Amino acid sequence: MAERKPSLCYQQNSGKAQNYLVPRIIINKRQVQYSITQKTNLMIAASFEYDAPSTLEEAIGLLQQYGEDAKILSGGHSLIPMMKLRFASPQRVIDINGVPGLSYIKEEKGVLKIGALTREAEIEHSDLLKKKFPIFGDVTKLIADPQVRNRGTIGGNLAHGDAANDHPAAMLALRATVIATGPEGKRSIPIDEFFFGFYQTALQHSEVLTEIQIPIPPKGTGSAYHKFERKVGDYATAGAAVQLTINDKGICTAIGIGLTNVNATPLRAGRSEQFLLNKSLTDDNIAAAAQLASEDCNPSADLRGSEEYKRAMVAVLVKRMIRKAIERTK
Amino acid sequence: MSINFFKMNKQITVTVNGAQHTVEVEPRTLLVHLIRETLNLTGTHIGCDTTTCGACTVLLDGKSVKSCTILAVQANGRSISTVEGLLSADGQLHPLQEGFKENHGLHCGFCTPGMLMRSVELLADNPNPTEEEIRWGISGNLCRCTGYNNIVKAILYAAAKMRGEPVPSTEPEFV
Repeated sequence: MAERKPSLCYQQNSGKAQNYLVPRIIINKRQVQYSITQKTNLMIAASFEYDAPSTLEEAIGLLQQYGEDAKILSGGHSLIPMMKLRFASPQRVIDINGVPGLSYIKEEKGVLKIGALTREAEIEHSDLLKKKFPIFGDVTKLIADPQVRNRGTIGGNLAHGDAANDHPAAMLALRATVIATGPEGKRSIPIDEFFFGFYQTALQHSEVLTEIQIPIPPKGTGSAYHKFERKVGDYATAGAAVQLTINDKGICTAIGIGLTNVNATPLRAGRSEQFLLNKSLTDDNIAAAAQLASEDCNPSADLRGSEEYKRAMVAVLVKRMIRKAIERTK
Repeated sequence: MSINFFKMNKQITVTVNGAQHTVEVEPRTLLVHLIRETLNLTGTHIGCDTTTCGACTVLLDGKSVKSCTILAVQANGRSISTVEGLLSADGQLHPLQEGFKENHGLHCGFCTPGMLMRSVELLADNPNPTEEEIRWGISGNLCRCTGYNNIVKAILYAAAKMRGEPVPSTEPEFV
């Protein structure tokens, strides 16, 4: 087995996510390009052992046994590319695709429940979501391409803990709750407590993300998401998700705004939300809220644009998505 | 395939284009490597190897997937269709193959197997797609000859043919 030598990037990236380096970020610092050329067998993953448990208990048992050395394989469209590039080299891959009962979209007692193993394509074409949560149509259409959406799962999209993924921002806007199942049973994690840092989430090594719960909003609610991307399947230059509720007097009674890829973690535009709450959504108020969001984000300059450009795009997107969400309240 | 120093090989059974194969693979073997190197079905191409270009697209249980981003072991017990399986038993071209032939839907041909396999699912889901739906539908497949206009025409041709309607003009478009 080819051994990975710790490179400068690894030393910089201390903490639990050290196996998980990010190509696009580090390439900007011109470090990974160097280490990539040092490796042979570039597009073949390091050796690992493969398990395909048929029950959740079995999967959790394996996670308990192997801890940090194991990774859950769901859709695999984040994990496998990272393994091929040797940014991740788990010694054990636990494929949960054969675990039954993790793929569903249903409404129960005022809560929308989505199983972690639900594919993006299923979310894209779900009639229930089209009717009640048009934001999911916006989000999934922008995730990679049809082949990837046939495999990628919503649980994987969140558990990957990448601020460049699209679901996290939407989940912030929708105020979702993530259900993790571990040896001690189920645990609810509010979305605001889920993303910790770069590729770091609240999930423990022995836990599997099993469900996403979203409160069904009252009447007069609209939601929308969009991201700027250079081409189909690109990571967002910037992205914004909005869900808002307005009463019959035109006053905003609830609002959630999430931002994609303009911070180390998926970012809630908290000041913008506070600003708009209990106000009428006039053009001036929307513009002021958008301005607050562009001030509060922390984008880094890369191939997709400078920091200033990304801040400007955050303001544009927040404005547009608020307007689109207002339209959808009707 | 690589020599294995580790006792971690898995025995898997896959059905490829209707034929069942039982093979032993290392878990890190990609599905595309199984198809090309073990089963010698080299119609499926490896383009970018990074889930971008779609040249390696095959159908896994009827769903188009990029076989460079799926492990061979994940296909255990499942059925795969590759471009070799499009031809009918009596040697007749699939309507999509015919469409690509009639409409100059390929230049160098490298992306074609992926384009064809993606289009199979596209037309199964939506037998009467608009041009825009086709362009979105093949957004995960790159043609570096940039022959998209004729590829779209080829898929429209195949869609009409599969619906049993008269096929559109096959006047090629050179742009």
